Amino acid sequence: MHTLVPLPVAIPLGVAAILGALNGHVPRRIADAACILATVAVGAITLDLMVISRHVPIVYWFGGWTVRAGMAIGISFVIDPIGAGLASFVCVLVLAAFIFSLHYFESVGTMFHVLMLGFLAAMCGFCLTGDLFNMFVFFELMSAAAFALCGYKNEEPSAQQGALNFAITNTIGAFMVLIGIALLYSRTGALNMAQIGRALSNQMDATIIVAFVMIMCGFYVKAAAVPFHFWLADAHAVAPTPVCILFSGVMVELGVYAVARVYWAIMDGPFAAHRPALSGLLLTVGAITAVVGAIMCFGQRHIKRLLAFSTISHVGLLIIAFALLTPDGLAGGAIYTLGHGMVKAALFIVSGILLHRFGTVDEYHLHGRGRPHLGTALVFFAAGLGLAGMPPFGTFLGEHTIERAAELAHQSWIDVIFFFAGAITAAAVFRVTARVFFGWGPKHDEFSGGGKHISEQRETKHSGQGIPAVMFVPAAVLVLLALAIGIMPHVHQEARVAAFTMADHAGYQARVLDGTKLPDAKPEVEYSPLAESLARSLGATGAALGIAFLTLAPWYPRKNKAYRPIRSAMQVLRNFHTGHVGDYVAFLTFGVAAFGVVLGLLIKRFGF
Amino acid sequence: MSIFPYLVAAWLFLVGLYGVISSRNFVHIAMCLAVVQSSTYVLLLAIGYKTGGVPPIFAGAQVGTPAVDPIVQALMLTDIVVEATVVALLLALAVQIQKAAGTVNPDRLLELQG
Amino acid sequence: MNRSRRHILFFVSAAVFFGLMTWAMHDLPPVGHYRGPYGDAINATVVYERHITDAVTAVNFDYRGFDTLGEESILFLSVIGVGTLLRQQKRERKSREDTDELEKGQAPEPSEAMKVITLGLVGPLVVYGIYIITHGQLTPGGGFQGGVVLATAPLLVYLAGDLKTFKRITTHTLVEIGEAIGIFGFLMIGFLGIIAGKEFLRNVLPLGQTGSIFSGGTVALLDIATGLAVAGGFISAIYAFLEQTIEMRMEGEE
Repeated sequence: MHTLVPLPVAIPLGVAAILGALNGHVPRRIADAACILATVAVGAITLDLMVISRHVPIVYWFGGWTVRAGMAIGISFVIDPIGAGLASFVCVLVLAAFIFSLHYFESVGTMFHVLMLGFLAAMCGFCLTGDLFNMFVFFELMSAAAFALCGYKNEEPSAQQGALNFAITNTIGAFMVLIGIALLYSRTGALNMAQIGRALSNQMDATIIVAFVMIMCGFYVKAAAVPFHFWLADAHAVAPTPVCILFSGVMVELGVYAVARVYWAIMDGPFAAHRPALSGLLLTVGAITAVVGAIMCFGQRHIKRLLAFSTISHVGLLIIAFALLTPDGLAGGAIYTLGHGMVKAALFIVSGILLHRFGTVDEYHLHGRGRPHLGTALVFFAAGLGLAGMPPFGTFLGEHTIERAAELAHQSWIDVIFFFAGAITAAAVFRVTARVFFGWGPKHDEFSGGGKHISEQRETKHSGQGIPAVMFVPAAVLVLLALAIGIMPHVHQEARVAAFTMADHAGYQARVLDGTKLPDAKPEVEYSPLAESLARSLGATGAALGIAFLTLAPWYPRKNKAYRPIRSAMQVLRNFHTGHVGDYVAFLTFGVAAFGVVLGLLIKRFGF
Repeated sequence: MSIFPYLVAAWLFLVGLYGVISSRNFVHIAMCLAVVQSSTYVLLLAIGYKTGGVPPIFAGAQVGTPAVDPIVQALMLTDIVVEATVVALLLALAVQIQKAAGTVNPDRLLELQG
Repeated sequence: MNRSRRHILFFVSAAVFFGLMTWAMHDLPPVGHYRGPYGDAINATVVYERHITDAVTAVNFDYRGFDTLGEESILFLSVIGVGTLLRQQKRERKSREDTDELEKGQAPEPSEAMKVITLGLVGPLVVYGIYIITHGQLTPGGGFQGGVVLATAPLLVYLAGDLKTFKRITTHTLVEIGEAIGIFGFLMIGFLGIIAGKEFLRNVLPLGQTGSIFSGGTVALLDIATGLAVAGGFISAIYAFLEQTIEMRMEGEE
């Protein structure tokens, strides 16, 4: 059983090495088949690990360097259900990406496959590791593959610029994580997360605060929290579709996971006495991210950029889920990641279908052209319902769990944020559905104008009259899976058990450093009434449909004065998103400084 | 001042960032990121240093002489490789954007606005 | 945002950031008083336990070998990434496979002195690179350092102006296979541990005598695999960039 543990990283890297060596000599079919087989194998292994580690995290020491006298001298993988579950989810999305790119996607030699397999290995390793520097190494591996994949369309100036903005901001984020790791190492002399956690126990001083701020901000650059979020819209708008599936579906969420892992394994001890400070700061950040993302999303006409901003918005909701700093919030966040990732991947696949069929993803240019493709329209619309959080989608179950956790933590105001983000992002998707697939509404409107300059390069060949099954089927299957997560029994229960395991930091440290197992932290069975969440999510869906309808309805007075403040607010927000990397880095620096100052003052001066 | 090397690291970090925000050339930005990276090297090495310590090479050395920390040096090696590869990718992107858009100046690239 | 507003935002934030870092550093142990147990534990046991005298290589390839696997993969993926980004576009001519084309685009012929020095250095450089790679467990060095030294040897051939030989040395097949052997070799050595019934990357080969070149068990093999991967990777990346220069010069001549 334990031999399985290094395989999620070793198998994709091995296959990538072979494919890289045989570049140009191996036919495309063989490369595709090898990749799909490798992904399925890794998916099966990670699912198995998730099931096995249900009660007791598996600890695996590489090289046989087990703990000596309470000190970890080697690197460990610590596998618990949330990490392994996230890794299996990565495999599902990578499989969807590979199936989408079968046969049509233009790949020179095997380079695309090698990069994707490396990306898969990195993300799996990132989810499973228990060592802080190892996490950084996999973070960089993920980033290296991502930068190259993002700039894949190398004849497109906007693709190169998007990739550059992505690379520059995320590299700075990685350096900040490294500085945080160095500070923690200097303080505790350890790189293993359990050991750092035990060494810090309940102390709180400037180094710990600044180290956590650096690590958190570095990972939140990847997670695209405001004000670190500018790169995401640029990068996701220009990356090829199979890559966008992975970026929006899971790579961005890994940033939130990393902060959650670092918090629950290391920082829960020091910050236990200061929960209100940290929670308040992160809730604010999450709420701002959700709102900004939603508003910008509605103002785009480039479909992929629109979806990218909706990712920012929903990641803001995930940050809120984590920011409650309770295991229930964590459980809700886990379910929400699954539901949202599936739906977002399906949305990006449909945008890839549109690009394949029509050569453009501009909403205005596609007006009415999607009429023959009702099946695709249905998938797009259903995914939009998922964004709004309508039952029985997985997103509804996630939101319900998060809202219940918020109620327990006396932060019920976040319900409003969930309503707003769900309604506006879904409204944008519904507007696109109506305009592209049914030809409703005028050819342009005064809200959306963003992304009109982005040029588009085809990424697939032989676009005929129909839509290839390899493209349509993954999208449909993903939407069905998102429904399944909401419907399947025990998902809620399992997620709560998994979250309590992850949040139990004394148990984590005991398991890794002592090899013993503390008694299970059992969540109490509770009765969570569905009525409120049901009302909110149905309300959000209704609001989304209403807003989309209003934007498109021919009889609604267009130049109404009431629109002007909305339009100017949106324009102000859009003016911040300049596409210039210098601006992005300036905001990044501002964000880090602000985080540090606020957290420092709240803890040290005001004693929260 | 015993925290002077740490301050040097922080200074380098900020100088590199300043280079990035005020730059008019993507190649220059790649080099500024190298400067930012070097701040992490200085920080790591300063952390592992022992006054009067020898390098952690024990060929013919007596057991018991205090040696500096080999862990941070190993971490630095990893870092250097990571930095080299990131700079390579950034430079490749800069070459491509010159070919595709005719400029490497971020001020003149206006496609990704709004 | 215009330049001045950006600068103001940055300067204010940077000043605050510097203040935060200074505040954090006061709680760190002062420079020169490294306290942590990790480094000292390794220093105390590396010689008699692993028979390796270079503690840094021992950490890189034995204690924390998994990080090095990750790092090598980063190098591999980045080189593939550079090759992907700089790949031949539909717009570019496909006729530059010809060595004659390559020579037409070259810089002015280097001087005799340059040729003598560079070609004269190639041999010693290759030997030096191999020396550093194989002596990683004894003296400062190892796979990465030696690999980079090896990778500069073909560059000297390019500087000497001998483009035909340069192309022959750095043809993609040889270099890419070398790179892949590096990564694959690392993985296979890791699996040796699993085959022996123990964990991945466990050092299962005989440890040999301290101070001899065959000490350290798998560390020596991992050094060689890493050296191959790094050399192959850097040569690939350098060649991808050089191809661009030659090709852009050719376009300029048209």
